[in-house]
Amino acid sequence: MANKDIHCIVNGKERVFSVDVRSSLSDMLRGKAGLDSIKHGCDVGECGACTVLIDGRPFNSCIYMAIWAEGKTILTLEGLSDTKGAISDIQQAFIDEGAVQCGFCTPGFIMASIPIIEKDSPSSREEIRRQISGNLCRCTGYEHIVDAIEKTQKKRIEQKKG
Amino acid sequence: MYNFNNLYEPTSVEEALHLKKEHPQALWLAGGSDILIKIREGKLAHCDLINIYCLEELRGICLEDDGSILIRPLTSFTDVSMHPLIKQHVPVLGEAVDQIGGPQVRNIGTIGGNICNGVTSADSATTLKAYDAVLEIASLDGIRLLPYAEFNLGPGKVDLREGELLCGIRIAKESYENTSGHYIKYAMRKAMDIATLGCSVNVRLSSDKKHIDRLRIAFGVAAPTPIRSTTAEKHAQGHELNEELLEQVAAGALADVSPRTSWRASKEFRLQLVKEMARRTTKAAVEKAGGTING
Repeated sequence: MANKDIHCIVNGKERVFSVDVRSSLSDMLRGKAGLDSIKHGCDVGECGACTVLIDGRPFNSCIYMAIWAEGKTILTLEGLSDTKGAISDIQQAFIDEGAVQCGFCTPGFIMASIPIIEKDSPSSREEIRRQISGNLCRCTGYEHIVDAIEKTQKKRIEQKKG
Repeated sequence: MYNFNNLYEPTSVEEALHLKKEHPQALWLAGGSDILIKIREGKLAHCDLINIYCLEELRGICLEDDGSILIRPLTSFTDVSMHPLIKQHVPVLGEAVDQIGGPQVRNIGTIGGNICNGVTSADSATTLKAYDAVLEIASLDGIRLLPYAEFNLGPGKVDLREGELLCGIRIAKESYENTSGHYIKYAMRKAMDIATLGCSVNVRLSSDKKHIDRLRIAFGVAAPTPIRSTTAEKHAQGHELNEELLEQVAAGALADVSPRTSWRASKEFRLQLVKEMARRTTKAAVEKAGGTING
């Protein structure tokens, strides 16, 4: 099968990947870019462990053709760290709130939560649950995950008010 | 890696239609949230695909000169639910597609894919049926207009003939004007689930808001395809807004549906849902329109 060059911005950097056209976006980002935060969980868009942001919106990279990434801006968990490698507030909140147990689902949850924590007005716990309803966690029972997102959103809103 | 054989990548609808003529066995690939999964499961392994996902001319929502709303088929569920024209004129369609899957699925799934799959549980289908949507179907011979009411031929079978591609979904002004609609999806989970039963109702009330001027009701998973209940609609015509109206709509609905037993629910349970959801959805639509039952 033919290969194709895909031009996209991944975690702020312009990249070109030569991929087999049969690749999924998760194949491309894990295999060609070494971004291992993306998990191959269910591979059929049920569990959310492969969630990345494409042009600011969460997508399951396992059911997204790599060729569709042409010209897109992609953010993965690795892109949340600052230039020195320090982790972001939402990652720290997951640690502080005990929202991580086995950790397999964590990158997907964090990426799915990015659009919520960037909102200007506080979300209800029900709204947060709805935003992470495409992600499965078999360890935590979700409560601590919702806590981490809720607290990070609150902190950011307070910082903006400054 | 997806296990398919050939991938064709048209850059325009015209090129796509030529490719389909040359390769009639190839499947249209829109958002892929059904096809890519069936390829993974092996059901569609070794198929050929025509990738139309990148054709921007098939994406977006606009108001036509005659006042009809034109939804292009590749518009994602998220974009349908957030679009100002949908929020203003047919908010129930946005509310219905907002109950599909989870956020990730709603970002990739397309409204055209939802109806072209031809499954009875499609969350957008009931509301589009209840609003008498008209489909624009393109082929190399031109555009054919088909009422959505005639599109579903059986489970998973739709009236897309050889070489044809859905390129628009229209809701006429006369159809959406002065209507209020409501959709209820009954499922086991609040997200990432397929409807056990879906019911969409829209009403236009008389000017004094005491009677039904027009009521349209459609069900998903109540028959092999999404269906309208014309008996319920006839019962409701001109009816006063009272408890009797809800009874009449429910009775009419029961006369038209033919649900089956599946692993999700039994036929008997679905009949109970039809009756109850016909009542509740009608009541909610009437209230949204500013009417009150037994007011």
